[in-house]
Amino acid sequence: MRVNITVNGRPQQADDVWEGESLLYVLRERLGLPGSKNACEQGECGSCTVRLDGVPVCSCLVAAGQAEGREVVTVEGLADFAEERAGRGCAAGAPGACGTDPDTARRWQARPAPGSDAQLAPVQQAFIDAGAVQCGFCTPGLLVAADELLERTAEPSDADIREALSGNLCRCTGYEKILDAVRLAAARAAAPTAEQGA
Amino acid sequence: MAGVTRTPTGLTQGSTAPAGIGASTLRPDGTLKVTGEFAYASDMWHEDMLWGHTLRSTVAHAEIVTLDTSEALATPGVYAVLTYDDLPTEVKHYGLEVQDTPVLADGRVRHHGEPVALVAADHPETARRAAAKIKVEYAELPVVTDEASATAEGAPLVHDRRTDHHAAHVPHPNIVHRQPIVRGDADAAAGRADVVVTGDYVFGMQDQAFLGPESGLAVPAEDGGVDLYVATQWLHADLRQIAPVLGLPEEKVRMTLSGVGGAFGGREDLSMQIHGCLLALRTGKPVKIVYNRFESFFGHVHRHPARLHYEHGATKDGRLTHVRCRIVLDGGAYASSSPAVVGNAASLAVGPYVVDDVAIEALALYSNNPPCGAMRGFGAVQACFAYEAQMDKVAAELGMDPVEFRRINAMEQGTVMPTGQPVDSPAPVAELLRRVKAMPLPPEQQWVTTEGADIRALPGGLSNTTHGEDVVRGVGYAVGIKNVGFSEGFDDYSTARVRLEAVGGEPVVTVHTAMAEVGQGGVTVHAQIARTELGVQQVTIHPADTQVGSAGSTSASRQTYMTGGAVKNTCEAVREKVLQRGRERFGAYHPAWATAELLLEGGKVVTDGGEVLADLADVLGEEAVDLELEFRHRPTEPFDLRTGQGRGHVQYSFAAHRAVVEVDTALGLVKVVELACAQDVGKALNPLSVVGQIQGGTTQGLGVAVMEEILVDPATAKVRNPSFTDYLIPTILDTPTIPVDVLELADEAAPYGLRGIGEAPTLSSTPAVLAAIRDATGLELNRTPVRPEHLTGN
Repeated sequence: MRVNITVNGRPQQADDVWEGESLLYVLRERLGLPGSKNACEQGECGSCTVRLDGVPVCSCLVAAGQAEGREVVTVEGLADFAEERAGRGCAAGAPGACGTDPDTARRWQARPAPGSDAQLAPVQQAFIDAGAVQCGFCTPGLLVAADELLERTAEPSDADIREALSGNLCRCTGYEKILDAVRLAAARAAAPTAEQGA
Repeated sequence: MAGVTRTPTGLTQGSTAPAGIGASTLRPDGTLKVTGEFAYASDMWHEDMLWGHTLRSTVAHAEIVTLDTSEALATPGVYAVLTYDDLPTEVKHYGLEVQDTPVLADGRVRHHGEPVALVAADHPETARRAAAKIKVEYAELPVVTDEASATAEGAPLVHDRRTDHHAAHVPHPNIVHRQPIVRGDADAAAGRADVVVTGDYVFGMQDQAFLGPESGLAVPAEDGGVDLYVATQWLHADLRQIAPVLGLPEEKVRMTLSGVGGAFGGREDLSMQIHGCLLALRTGKPVKIVYNRFESFFGHVHRHPARLHYEHGATKDGRLTHVRCRIVLDGGAYASSSPAVVGNAASLAVGPYVVDDVAIEALALYSNNPPCGAMRGFGAVQACFAYEAQMDKVAAELGMDPVEFRRINAMEQGTVMPTGQPVDSPAPVAELLRRVKAMPLPPEQQWVTTEGADIRALPGGLSNTTHGEDVVRGVGYAVGIKNVGFSEGFDDYSTARVRLEAVGGEPVVTVHTAMAEVGQGGVTVHAQIARTELGVQQVTIHPADTQVGSAGSTSASRQTYMTGGAVKNTCEAVREKVLQRGRERFGAYHPAWATAELLLEGGKVVTDGGEVLADLADVLGEEAVDLELEFRHRPTEPFDLRTGQGRGHVQYSFAAHRAVVEVDTALGLVKVVELACAQDVGKALNPLSVVGQIQGGTTQGLGVAVMEEILVDPATAKVRNPSFTDYLIPTILDTPTIPVDVLELADEAAPYGLRGIGEAPTLSSTPAVLAAIRDATGLELNRTPVRPEHLTGN
């Protein structure tokens, strides 16, 4: 079958998709977006988390056909997604909840060729700075989930962070640095001028 | 490689800030990892590639009566189906130490999930469905699953006609290796004991549960060889096992490390490496194999489950008189690294304590259970769980505080190990316990808020099972000792190639090693070491491959010591060569070239007095300095097979934990509130990474304390929970705050005085949590993990 999905703001088309293929498989193997990870492929680990019309989902549990005509944001588009959101005055972690509705999600577009020198989303930079990345296999899913948390909760408590990220397994860090990273991203959003020197 | 995309790339990191050793520089692969661009093994892709799939046995022990692949082979989209009969050479087995593992089942399967056949097809689902069409008829054989069944009269032998180098000295062919350690006179010492405490302990089978599943891409080459991109822990050990099975010389099997999604010991043994290469060479097409989580549970060895019997004696004033113990590890169907695990369990069996009279025996079984081998802590973990439980038991018998009892018996520099080897560098066991005990305790009833109970902070969490009723707190302590580096006479070395050249008028360094970066941060510290030693800011880390000499394994807490040491060692040689060139070119212009101590700093040659003699780029000119050198730690020797005496270890690593738990005694639910750690790291080359390792290791110890266990049906030897639905690892809700106190006491024999750190925190974490649960409940709890039924008695 043919599947049409808007991924990171760009319309994408995949042909010869077998009906049993997951959204994760189509992203990774047909659309050249391997950032979403395949740690369990059974909805337990969260490493494949993407936004589907704004809602964080395990893309391994979404049949590709279910994503037909819908909006997907993956880790590869997270920086542009965050930049576009900030342009609306809704920086992740900014005071006041500021979700992304599907209509808004449809209006933005990723830059043509995001390279490794691309601007990072605040939560991406915070993960690097806080030492929240070791092997990094859980990182893409955690970033999408953490970004969504900060989008709706500007100043999350530790209990809020733990609850929001409880569907994302990490085997390397013991989660302490991940908590640090989310706290850091929230603090930087609250006091952007204090961002330097971390 | 034409057509290959998403292959590993070099990592370049420039820095204008001081970023040598001791600084918490950030990972050079961090940006790639947060943008999703980092190429993990499962991300490899090649145009025209096929997907490989492995058919695995559905029973634990059987003869294969018939194996019919015809229907699978006839499936549209299938390019090849391979079985044992298709193996191309006389070499059909492999293994880390003992070559006892068939590449594909040799007419007999010895454990559940053993590879039987391989399929290559144009879609992964086609390969899976074709594999399901392979008809295998098994004639089941009786299984051996524990010491009693494995050594019973007439027990089936897991491996008959053994010829390995342990076969001659083991008491039964179903014992892989046995290591006694006898020192002093335990019988006589027992007579001096005022109290004698015995205990029997059970340690469950733990899985490494790295998140990146076993994966790789094998690409056939025009010269008849193969290029293999794979996630592993030791490229050269893989190569040594792969090439003979393929019938290729090692230089025709070119391996490149792809991104590794964690390892923790589970990638020491081969998984898809040979299988992928066989399919690629057979079909002439690139073949990618990616395990799913179910298959991953069968695709790697696990931590040995163990049964341990201990007897400790002590005098009334709290001094240990003797320890007698017997440690039985279940190695499963193939040897993997069981012999070395036995050596560790035996030599570290009494823990970081002074005990002059010991009688120790450790052994590993062959059984029809899943093969077990390396996992973080490697034999020392199981022993620590038991000896720390014993230390609490003895202290209770003596009416002493458990930390005070440990302090009285704590080893220190100069203590002689049960192997007769003196500990010749700092061993701050008592100090680590003091520090971890001195940390402030988390507040009582930490779930209480102004708006009532925050159920998220209580046992059961959002299941809303209690608002504080039936919840009791407990506190427990533990400390452990782990060896660093490969032991028992192994020639353990690492190789580093370092190139220093001027590019665009700036000096730049390229570091090339075969070190497997599995997440630990080796690439970060290699760049730091190069900056420190060569005074250059711009450092490129070349992808790890087999085009450079072996770096040894990323295991045994050894890589910063060993490959870090190799980078340091080669950088020093490069520096000498550069300075020599400077003396030749510029010596005539300034006497300091001949007389002063010269350093490389900030891209310049300077005297120890700070005078700048030349730009490094000018000294280098057009010609790079490029050296590849090996680095070795001081030699070790084997343990005597009868007495266990021998200078078997290189270095030791120590960590202590304090666990604070709250237990809902009505439901048997445990909330670990805090798990504080103090560890001596010798020298923290990257403090941020050091703390990350300690917290990560601590959490894996927490997992096996309260939730993680591979359950194997004792009647059938079949694995019952091969999924993340049924094998639970700690989530962020299960994991407490982990405050870390880092001590830096230099080991003079090690590079920069550093101590390997990755494993020690995995040892003491588990017994500390168990001690805290015992403290809360008063229960004996002689097995780990603890499950609710152990706490409620139901």
